[in-house]
Amino acid sequence: MNGPKPEKVYFYGTCLVDLFFPDAGMAGIQLLRQAGVEVIFPEGQTCCGQPAFNCGYWEEAREVARTQVALFPGDLPVILPSGSCAGMMKIHYPELFHGQPDEAQVLAFSARVHELTQFLVDVLDVKLTDLGEPVKVTWHSSCHAVRDLGLKGEPQALINQLSNVELAPLAREFECCGFGGTFAVRHPGISAAMADDKAADAMATGASIVLSTDGGCLLNVQGTLEAKHRPLRVQHIAEFLWERTRGR
Amino acid sequence: MSDARAAILGRLRASGEPGPLPSPLPALDTAVLERCQWPPAERVARLRKGMEAVHTEFLDATPDTWPNLVRAFCDREELKNLLYGPTSEDGAVLTATWLPDGTQLMPYDRPVEAFKRELFTGVDAGFTGTVGGVAETGGLLLTPGPAEPRLLSLVPPIHIALLRTSTIQDSFWSAVQTLGWGRSLPPNALLISGPSKTADIEQTLAYGVHGPRRLIVVLVDDLA
Amino acid sequence: MDAETAASFRDSAARALSDPQLRANFQRAMDGLMTKRLAQFPDPGDLRDLRHLSTTIRSRSLLRLPELLEQLEVNCTKNGIQVHWAESCEQANELILGILQSKGAKTLVKGKSMVSEEMHLNAFLEGHGIEALESDLGEYIIQLDGETPSHIIMPALHKNKEQIARQFSQKIKDAKYTEDVDELTALARKVLRQKFLEADAGLSGVNFAVAETGTLCLVENEGNGRMSTHVPPLHIAVMGLEKVVPRLEDVAPLYAILTRSATGQAVSTYLNLISGPRGEGEMDGPQEVHLVILDNGRSRIHADPQLRATLRCIRCGACMNHCPVYTRVGGHAYEAVYPGPIGQILTPQMEGVGARHDLIHASSLCGACAEVCPVEIPIPAILIRLRREATHEDVASKVTGKGTGRTVSEDWAWRLWAAVLKRPAVYRLATWFATRFGKALPASAPLIRNWTQSRTKPVPARRSLSERMRAEGDTHV
Repeated sequence: MNGPKPEKVYFYGTCLVDLFFPDAGMAGIQLLRQAGVEVIFPEGQTCCGQPAFNCGYWEEAREVARTQVALFPGDLPVILPSGSCAGMMKIHYPELFHGQPDEAQVLAFSARVHELTQFLVDVLDVKLTDLGEPVKVTWHSSCHAVRDLGLKGEPQALINQLSNVELAPLAREFECCGFGGTFAVRHPGISAAMADDKAADAMATGASIVLSTDGGCLLNVQGTLEAKHRPLRVQHIAEFLWERTRGR
Repeated sequence: MSDARAAILGRLRASGEPGPLPSPLPALDTAVLERCQWPPAERVARLRKGMEAVHTEFLDATPDTWPNLVRAFCDREELKNLLYGPTSEDGAVLTATWLPDGTQLMPYDRPVEAFKRELFTGVDAGFTGTVGGVAETGGLLLTPGPAEPRLLSLVPPIHIALLRTSTIQDSFWSAVQTLGWGRSLPPNALLISGPSKTADIEQTLAYGVHGPRRLIVVLVDDLA
Repeated sequence: MDAETAASFRDSAARALSDPQLRANFQRAMDGLMTKRLAQFPDPGDLRDLRHLSTTIRSRSLLRLPELLEQLEVNCTKNGIQVHWAESCEQANELILGILQSKGAKTLVKGKSMVSEEMHLNAFLEGHGIEALESDLGEYIIQLDGETPSHIIMPALHKNKEQIARQFSQKIKDAKYTEDVDELTALARKVLRQKFLEADAGLSGVNFAVAETGTLCLVENEGNGRMSTHVPPLHIAVMGLEKVVPRLEDVAPLYAILTRSATGQAVSTYLNLISGPRGEGEMDGPQEVHLVILDNGRSRIHADPQLRATLRCIRCGACMNHCPVYTRVGGHAYEAVYPGPIGQILTPQMEGVGARHDLIHASSLCGACAEVCPVEIPIPAILIRLRREATHEDVASKVTGKGTGRTVSEDWAWRLWAAVLKRPAVYRLATWFATRFGKALPASAPLIRNWTQSRTKPVPARRSLSERMRAEGDTHV
């Protein structure tokens, strides 16, 4: 993926970031700008269509996906602050549009999709300067970021650039937190058991923040920790990186 | 039920996809199997390490000493008898060298139906040869047959197996090729890596659940 | 939604979740199995290559399935193994009963066979006055309690030694109570050795069948498989029709990856290669060997190029060992012969997606199963495919029960979802409301209630990202 650094990129906020973690979205945009890249945020963004796709409602997923693909003409990279949504657009859109009249157009779009930390490390090769106080954090790997998209430690590499941040390993780091989209409401008991274990593992690290690339995992773990009145908080990686490097 | 056969094969063919396969198919990439290669001495060490890890015991022998070592083992363990195949090459050596007192040599020379109960209840140990070993994981290769019946290595609580170091292959994959097993096989062929074991109760290993409780490999060094 | 069946996984899972002992039994076992598996693959490159080779062998075998089965039949027959074909479990059961009755057999000892579980063979034979005794220690333990396996490799995984000790002391004659695993094992050995000695027939499954040599390969640690196949005068093997591979060389990598994936062993205690009954001059071994090849829906699965990947499975159980759902609810919660991720795609294909669509939704699609599968079965992708099949009748496929998992409410929910999300103006309005009034939504509202039973209510931000970007004049229309 290394080549000339692009001057401009598109930013796709994703519905969960849009509604629940707008600060993370803003931070992602700032991180890209800090790296010298102009960011375009097209109006009309809604959802990548993953929930319907995963539940088998592909026609509905396609209807929504089409409107989203149309927002990103040209050949600029499309950056997402989410491993799961990036995985949907990059890996699953080609399946979803297989045999459709606009397949070629969608394939070309999918090839331009990047998850934010992957883009910061692999394409922009950013160097971060830590301006924050010493802190201990832990990392939850989102299933889709790792298994669909193939993230290979890019977020951790960024965290490790921060001199005042200690990254504590999370037991069962790669185990699902139990979110799984509609799974959390279809099977609340199992989902809760998974989230409880994730919260307990996170508490055991002694960290004060759990970081992740994905809004779904963050909502799930945050809600679980709050329900148990645990002092540990969750934060999107983009927001954390921006807070550490912008200098207040 | 030839109807069932025709119906099943018909359905499998009717799927019709993906049409005739390219012939010949591109060769399988077996590099990962070919990487398992070691010099002879290392094969011996690997086999031993692999098998000892699952409680196999070893007796070091030479082409001359092995019959005495087998005998000494039987005496030490105070075995009342040792079941063996008298017509096998190694069996004939045992017959010729066995001293009459102490552990009795018991020939497996009649159909099992003639002494099934005795086999299950009255035999202390069984002796077999091997046709090779597997270095990669540890393991013995056996081809039971008329000279060495199948149950010799299964029913008695102790199995004593003779393994010549020169016959140890790199892997099961290379053994299949070297021994020609891929072309034709006797009615029974076996890989054995240790005594019978189970972990069905709380993943706790227990040895000797159905087959032999102990596997003794008499390792004959004939590499020199 | 078919309420009766749809409830089955949910209810059983809820029961399992409220049983801390069960949870602990599974958690301990799965943690150990995952660690042991990983230790067997120290080199990621070797693992990748071995998986790829194994996948290729299985895929190619499935592409040539009819020819390979015919070749297997020819070579088995040449070797003296009698081959039978069964379209359904009922047919297979009748075939086996017929063989047993023709020999006057009254007792059958069984090596571990998941296909025989699929056939519910034991109950069928008992109904015809034939004792079918499981001899794999785990299978024996659960048969004593009239239970079914909770794992395809370790069937008694759900029980701890105290439970087994109690059961043995009550059900085995003259057995004293002991929690010592060696003593419990010795107790079973004593009982079962007597059974092997007396049995009229033995039954086994088949891990791999080799077409070119007419060979049945059995992988095991205990020796009960060898006992069942070599001691009684009659041996009957049952296999699903997908188990065939072309050559014995092909078995080597599959065997290597099977034991490593299943229990984290480099090699099993025994690999038993059976190519015929007692031969000329042999003193032991069965006088007759029969092979029953079972379809039971497999040829239908085979007909679909995507679903066919399901048949690559070599039954290692690694998908279960790594599944966060399986680990928490255990195998019985699935109420299926094959539990865990592979069961979640196999069972609905055999029994119908409408009847078992509870199983296809019991997954967070985390992908841990596909990541460890030794033959690269894309389980999450197949789950999504089956979710599609369950809710749509118009997909051109042969999948049983397609469309029968459809509900009017879910249909409308997704229609509404799409109607909002494909119209940015409507979405903008909806998020405007959510950000202003989302906080006021009661935590006890339907669906939200499912979330908030263990979590705080998610509260939308005061202003959405789009709204803020718009305010900054940064959006491009």
